[in-house]
Amino acid sequence: MSATTASRDAPGIYHKAGSLRSERRWALWTAYASLIVAAIIMLAPPVYMFLTSIKTSAEIADLGGNPWIVRSPTLENYRALLSSPMFMGFFWNSVKVTLLVVAVSMVISVLAAFALARMRFWGSQWLATGVFLTYLVPDTLLFIPLYQIVGSLGLLNSTWGLVLVYPTLTVPFCTWIMIGYFASIPKELDEAALIDGANWMQMLVRIFIPVALPGIIAATIFAFTVSWAAFVYPTAFITTPSEMPLTIGVVSQLIRGDTFAWGQLMAGALLAALPPVIVYVFLMDYYIAGLTAGATKG
Amino acid sequence: MAQVSIRKVVKAYEGGVQAVKGIDLEIADHEFVVLVGPSGCGKSTTLRMIAGLEEITSGEIAIGGMVVNDIPPRDRDIAMVFQNYALYPHMSVYDNMAFGLTLRKFPKDEIKRRVENAARILDITPLLDRKPKALSGGQRQRVAMGRAIVRDPKVFLFDEPLSNLDAKLRVQMRTEIKKVHQTVKTTTVYVTHDQVEAMTLADRVVVMNHGVIEQVGPPQELYHSPNTRFVAGFIGSPAMNFIPARMENGSGALRLNLPNGIVLPVPAERTARYGAMAGKEVLFGIRPEHLTEPKNLDRQNIAVFELTPEVIEPMGMETLLHLWMQGHEVCSRIDPTTPAEPGRPMQVAADLNHMHIIDPESGRVL
Ligand SMILES: Nc1ncnc2c1ncn2[C@@H]1O[C@H](COP(=O)(O)OP(=O)(O)O)[C@@H](O)[C@H]1O
Ligand SMILES: [Mg+2]
Repeated sequence: MSATTASRDAPGIYHKAGSLRSERRWALWTAYASLIVAAIIMLAPPVYMFLTSIKTSAEIADLGGNPWIVRSPTLENYRALLSSPMFMGFFWNSVKVTLLVVAVSMVISVLAAFALARMRFWGSQWLATGVFLTYLVPDTLLFIPLYQIVGSLGLLNSTWGLVLVYPTLTVPFCTWIMIGYFASIPKELDEAALIDGANWMQMLVRIFIPVALPGIIAATIFAFTVSWAAFVYPTAFITTPSEMPLTIGVVSQLIRGDTFAWGQLMAGALLAALPPVIVYVFLMDYYIAGLTAGATKG
Repeated sequence: MAQVSIRKVVKAYEGGVQAVKGIDLEIADHEFVVLVGPSGCGKSTTLRMIAGLEEITSGEIAIGGMVVNDIPPRDRDIAMVFQNYALYPHMSVYDNMAFGLTLRKFPKDEIKRRVENAARILDITPLLDRKPKALSGGQRQRVAMGRAIVRDPKVFLFDEPLSNLDAKLRVQMRTEIKKVHQTVKTTTVYVTHDQVEAMTLADRVVVMNHGVIEQVGPPQELYHSPNTRFVAGFIGSPAMNFIPARMENGSGALRLNLPNGIVLPVPAERTARYGAMAGKEVLFGIRPEHLTEPKNLDRQNIAVFELTPEVIEPMGMETLLHLWMQGHEVCSRIDPTTPAEPGRPMQVAADLNHMHIIDPESGRVL
């Protein structure tokens, strides 16, 4: 009743609202359609990895039937890996190297970024640009000279060698991210802290790090991802299985000549991918909270 | 006890900009001094040198009798309030105010006492647990002042603290700042480009222009006896009228020839003062309130002549007339009950007891 009155009184408005609604529906449809396509493309490989990892070797080798269907699912591949001291050794090597590299990278890059963003000294501008340029040199170019350096330090075939070289990948980019975050903090904030009695270190720890927390988390995620997934350097520097991280351990120990232990390979790769996923899920919450807090600061 | 002495201070930035060109200023204990001047005249630079945020190129600054040129900001015992407040965004209002005391290792209960006291003075007690982003502009400004008050420093430094507020709040906070100063009596140096703010707040106003001090004095003195054309034009709103004129000597008395053929007799007691300008071009300066409808005509030295208003602006308690004198706009302030009409000539009286004569070459008020 009231609807008919309204539409007679203001047909224009109703028409407009209707067209807006249909426009919105169309936008939603295209958004969902493209997201679904993207999700299928992105998720197909890991899903296939998962399916392969719960098949028996016999089923994997069987060329008949649909490979997307698992006839007799088994956790045997996972059990074999998790009970293998060698695989657990790879895992702990990765954890150890990654935690150390993240810690070293963050300490160096936060201090470097603070100095480059805030302490005006001779050449600081050039240094900041230089830091970024080093990031552009690909690691495939660097591993030969680095091999010599690590070798002369007697750290070949040691996870400590990796702890030494990974920061060459992480520090430049993390420093660059942090310079950006620190530079966005208004100058008056350090001046207020300076007058309040803070020294440089207190200013960094009590003001800059908390205010730039989203940046710190972004840089941490980056450093974690790089050192967890590093492949070229460990391939070049590590040949002893006991010192291998997951990335090369899984590949080098589960492929014997022409024999591919596909089931275990896929199970190993999935297990290796798990920690980054957990870190992302956990830190993303803080990351997004930090971003929105900054956005409404006004 | 904290007077501030600025002696022959020069600031040259890298790249050769000389922002402050050798200024001298003595600020007494408990005094409220306002540095005022147009944008870029070196006010902030001067304030930041007192704070220790900018190095002093030459000269010296002393706080409480001690030369502070080489002393870092944290050891100068000063507190500063910035235009954009510069509150720590991740800390509560309480922690913002307590930060300086915490760094100085004050005991917890002393910090609490001081913060609560400052919060009471500023009327922000209910806000102590909030983060800065949950505060309005005026509230942030109060917190920034609270952060200065709790430190109980030798000197307060303010750099355009009200410029980010809307007009109404600005007037309100201005009163607030004056009230706080009357309570805590801390020596204060306050920077603003707004001459009304300067006049209302200051014990003494320092007018700066192009890196030099034009004049220092109490607000009334600056208003009634400006030393230079710049000060005369900068202080007061609407601004003083400057009318080109010719000083002439006629049988022992001086006369001032204005455009439109208007001739004003210079008061006899000023003959000696202006004698040197006889026969020369000068600027005749008179404030709008001394160019009004004819009244108090029994007083001495009132000259009446005829002008035609072009624009009439009723302000309520007064009416502003914009009159033209051969291409020179002249502003007059009249009583709102006085009839006036655009284009209709009317009688205007100049109160020559308040006239100023400016030497156009030196820019000095004689
Ligand atoms: N960091 C700086 N480097 C170079 N020149 C500066 C710097 N800060 C200010 N100036 C210059 O010094 C002059 C005075 O600046 P400032 O003291 O900020 O003026 P005000 O506060 O009176 O508006 C201006 O010409 C300004 O451009
Ligand atoms: Mg300024």
